[in-house]
Amino acid sequence: MEKNLMVAGFGGQGVMMMGKLLSYATCESTDLNVTFFPSYGAEQRGGTANCYVVISDEPIGAPLGDAMDDLVVMNGPSLNKFLYKLKPNGTLFINSSIVKDEIIRSDVRVVAVPVTEIALEMGNAKVLNIIMLGAYIGYTGALAEDLMMKTILHKLKKKQELIALNTDAFARGLAIGKAVRSEANA
Amino acid sequence: MSRVFMKGNEAIAEAAVRSGCRFFAGYPITPQNEIPEYLSRRLPDVGGVFVQGESEIASINMVYGAGQTGTRSMTSSSSCGISLKSEGVSFCAAARVPIVYCNMARGGPGIGTIQPAQQDYMQATKASGNGGFRMLVFAPSTVQEAADMTYAAFDYAQRDRNPVLILGDGVLGTIMEPVELPRMRSEEEVAQLKRELSDWTLIGHDPDKGRAFIKPGVWSTKGQEQMCKDNAALYDSWEKDVQVETIGLEDAQLVITGYGISGRIAASAVGKLRTEGLKVGFIRPKTVSPFPYGAYEVLDFHRVKCILDVEMAIPALMIYDVRLAVKDRCPIETCLHAGGEIMSREEIIEKARALLAK
Repeated sequence: MEKNLMVAGFGGQGVMMMGKLLSYATCESTDLNVTFFPSYGAEQRGGTANCYVVISDEPIGAPLGDAMDDLVVMNGPSLNKFLYKLKPNGTLFINSSIVKDEIIRSDVRVVAVPVTEIALEMGNAKVLNIIMLGAYIGYTGALAEDLMMKTILHKLKKKQELIALNTDAFARGLAIGKAVRSEANA
Repeated sequence: MSRVFMKGNEAIAEAAVRSGCRFFAGYPITPQNEIPEYLSRRLPDVGGVFVQGESEIASINMVYGAGQTGTRSMTSSSSCGISLKSEGVSFCAAARVPIVYCNMARGGPGIGTIQPAQQDYMQATKASGNGGFRMLVFAPSTVQEAADMTYAAFDYAQRDRNPVLILGDGVLGTIMEPVELPRMRSEEEVAQLKRELSDWTLIGHDPDKGRAFIKPGVWSTKGQEQMCKDNAALYDSWEKDVQVETIGLEDAQLVITGYGISGRIAASAVGKLRTEGLKVGFIRPKTVSPFPYGAYEVLDFHRVKCILDVEMAIPALMIYDVRLAVKDRCPIETCLHAGGEIMSREEIIEKARALLAK
């Protein structure tokens, strides 16, 4: 079983880090195969950034996948650019704080998370990716939440002062993801 | 052994250190920058030396010099940077100095694009510099293979006293995957490997032995001819070193072939097609020099109706080697991309289906 995820947004939103954290956690806590493939080019803050994560119990051939099971869109331009990549019945995670365009496809599920607003409310705009990662894990259950959190804590071991903030950010996202999931199941 | 999550470039750099590499000189270029970046931190830790040269040409010549001392030495670059290094590589091949170098290829010709491509096949396998020399060229398709092949490359280089090339591309360089790193050689082992070369390396001066030389050429025509013959004998001995991956050739009606990143994507297409019961086989050269001609030569061409060559190069380049092996016994079709456009599995599957339906 192969699962394809694409994360897209502005440079500086932690798009790569979100994909990497999920990949690290998969590598460190499971026996699954995982690939992380970043876009690269003239990357800059405010420019575009995207990455692909493939998780599979078989050897992974195509690190870009053919079509995405899940698409995380952190900004408006990425929605228009990458929505076509999402499979029918795939899940679209949007940063609903700034992605205001109409979602022109009706064959996808939408998980709207106002990550920019929540992050600002928490006092640090940089944690929006951790909130989205929480929402992604909460909704998809792609990985056990404690395993995901273990990797986040491990990455922050030299920045102890940020642990409380990131733990809270992950929990906020997780709650939203789980709530949308249970609505969908109801 | 435990697995770690690493970028292809970093895994290559770490595998080099573990194999005993203690000298690296290079010059920045995308998409291989993590190799020098990693080694600039790592080599001093193990008593090695990292130099960021003022150019590609300076870097390859520093590696040429370091290699003459028997120190396991390496450089890396991408496509147009590799072209600049070609003179130095040819000198290493002429002087029979063991070095390892790595091409994380990008779009071309010229400066091209910085995105992944496989346009350097001919340069890598046929003419990596002037003078008609040959090299072992490994084409990894996963981060694991990249680490394992780099580790082994230093041993092959030392065995043959000849340059060895790792031919990757921008995907392999920048992708992250779990990898089990090869064993770290101890300082004593690395020192012993160096001592084994002491009959020709330029370390210190022994007044009883006269002057020691390592030269990238011979003044006499007869001497140069003899050197070419000796080199040719070395190249002929490489048949034993051919590495190739095959799938499903026992019943295949269509054989898909590709190397490196294209090979990996093609392999997963083959897996999907075979689960549908379609008789599709697969050949992936892991050494592109020497090329695994034998894997194609033994195909049953009464059954194999077509070969599909998958490359991120336009025009197709590996296809010339495939043709040499197939000898017109079946048509060879292509599925190609270039310029940094990455091959999609779905395209290969569609093309294969269309060919099987013919």
